[in-house]
Amino acid sequence: MKDAFGLPQSLLVLGGTSEIAMATARRLIARRTRTVWLAGRPTPALEESAEQLRALGAQVHTVAFDALDTESHEWVLGKIFAEGDIDLVLMAFGVLGDQAHDEREPLAAVRVAQTNYTGAVSAGLICARALQTQGHGSLVVLSSVAGERARRANFIYGSSKAGLDAFAQGLGDALHGTGAHVMVVRPGFVRSKMTADLEAAPLATTPEAVATAIELGLRRRAETVWVPGTLRLVMAALRHMPRALFRRLPV
Amino acid sequence: MPADAVSVTGWGRTAPTAARLIRPRTYEQAVAAVRECGARGGIPRGLGRAYGDAAQNAGGAVIDMTGLDRVHAIDADGGTVLCGAGVSLHRLMQVLLPLGWFVPVTPGTRQVTVGGAIGADIHGKNHHVSGAFSRHVRSLELLTADGEIHTVSRGTPLFDATAGGMGLTGVILTATLQLLPVETSLMSVDTERATDLDDLMARLTATDHRYRYSVAWIDLLARGGATGRAVLTRGDHAPLEALREGTRARRDPLAFRPSQFPSPPALFPEGLLSRRTVGLFNELWYRKAPRARTGELQRISTFFHPLDGVPHWNRVYGRGGFVQYQFVVGHGREDTLRRIVRRISAHRCPSFLAVLKRFGDADPGWLSFPVPGWTLALDIPANLPGLGAFLDELDEEVAAAGGRVYLAKDSRLRPELLAAMYPRVADFRALRAEADPRGVFTSDLSRRLGL
Repeated sequence: MKDAFGLPQSLLVLGGTSEIAMATARRLIARRTRTVWLAGRPTPALEESAEQLRALGAQVHTVAFDALDTESHEWVLGKIFAEGDIDLVLMAFGVLGDQAHDEREPLAAVRVAQTNYTGAVSAGLICARALQTQGHGSLVVLSSVAGERARRANFIYGSSKAGLDAFAQGLGDALHGTGAHVMVVRPGFVRSKMTADLEAAPLATTPEAVATAIELGLRRRAETVWVPGTLRLVMAALRHMPRALFRRLPV
Repeated sequence: MPADAVSVTGWGRTAPTAARLIRPRTYEQAVAAVRECGARGGIPRGLGRAYGDAAQNAGGAVIDMTGLDRVHAIDADGGTVLCGAGVSLHRLMQVLLPLGWFVPVTPGTRQVTVGGAIGADIHGKNHHVSGAFSRHVRSLELLTADGEIHTVSRGTPLFDATAGGMGLTGVILTATLQLLPVETSLMSVDTERATDLDDLMARLTATDHRYRYSVAWIDLLARGGATGRAVLTRGDHAPLEALREGTRARRDPLAFRPSQFPSPPALFPEGLLSRRTVGLFNELWYRKAPRARTGELQRISTFFHPLDGVPHWNRVYGRGGFVQYQFVVGHGREDTLRRIVRRISAHRCPSFLAVLKRFGDADPGWLSFPVPGWTLALDIPANLPGLGAFLDELDEEVAAAGGRVYLAKDSRLRPELLAAMYPRVADFRALRAEADPRGVFTSDLSRRLGL
């Protein structure tokens, strides 16, 4: 059960090697979390993540989960929820893709869309139903500012996040009053291994800062969290900028 | 989750979860509710005054007992009452005061049910004299997990598990209570100020035994030499001769007239209770209190339940809700108490409802909170930054001193500390495992703490 400050005792991470998810898990284990399920592709990196969290004193299980294999989601996730209540589901999987390459190779672009959007729709609906049945719990969805307005430089990734963001908002409204809660997290540019080859954008943030914002959002039962918070205003302005001008922005 | 699920919280309005609300009107319906409560179990709920998650059950059933509110029998000579578990202490006062009887123990609100009073084994300002609520329960009828109704008498393991058992041993259906005779419905109250914590503890230690009721409001925002300054209010039921001849009070000495103010709006702005505003309130409250006054006549509602005059007063904390923190440490552990008061004062918790009291002897309930010593209760807005970690640190101090926190107020304790605070929790779990192997009685509190 979550406590008065929204801190969970059990955590399920979808995308178990994500740096933001790991930073969040570390923070939550330091406070209340005792049981962690790391779901992700069965790689040595997943086991390594599990070991890191075990060293902090949590009981950690790893589960093979592939966002693209939506057929298997029902079964894989159902087995986890059958083991006991999950107080917090952190949906952290996603791929950035390579915009230039993906524009030339539509199949690669489809993979980005399927991972970030279709996979999330499938896993999100299954987790939402489970949370509704247990009458409590939060689903935290890692969206991105890239989904707020598509940019020339990464519109394939951006459009997948736009779809995910809209889906998560609607899901949150559908679950209102059922005890389950959906929180959409929109980080700006996060310095991590996923973005190691890119040049940092303005207002860049870190996985640790996102984790802090998630903990604060849980306490306030927030529905939308921007990281950093100033992005809310920046994006509100960018959203209304004329296309001709937006196109020319060096972002 | 079925469509008729509603969102449920405790009085602190934190951590809402959804449950099916069932409101039995007869004992047969209560039996049916327990038999049919489903895989995620059920938990009885009274008037929802427990601050945390004790009377909520995510995904399962919450059995609202306020429909079983009949007063079945009163022995006006012997001073006992047999009533349904859903009867509130407010209702009992309305019924019993004109007959010259008063409830044996009342907390800071009349809006609790008899069932809840036993389940939380509540205490009042008379704990140092009269003990906790369960001490005055002659017997009770308990609806257990198998759907059977048992008469449970004092001195049995089931009684001791149920007194303070947070509703997890079964649904209390009725209880027989021993009452306190009174001559009037007024209180004779002595008020005095204490300039700091040591002065306060000295006054309480020296003269508490002279009063049936005793409590101190403490200013936890005062700092430096004034740390722990307080206003003591102590008294007893006024005898008839204390009322002047010819007054309305004398003509109708047992009249029960609680006052009522409008409630705050549902969407009360958050953050109004800041360090500044609460500090100002505390300053005025302390200054306004007389240095020493004796024999003032006060109404029962003014003396015991000042906040009941404002329905839904919990709304003043806004949407974020609030956390109640109440602990007890034994006599001889005054150093721990001093350290904690200093830490709260240094942390600047904006708390305007903090009270300090000395407990008397403990009662046998396995999870009953009061043990002899000092108890401090305070409420704090839940959105105060760093509050969770700060209270965890206080828990460590309390546990190290052999103390405990009050489960009826808890919404955040680390489960690892429970066994140290409540040594008999292992017995409690064993009794539950035997009597309720399927976990029919389950609450968010029991899930969170593994009760």
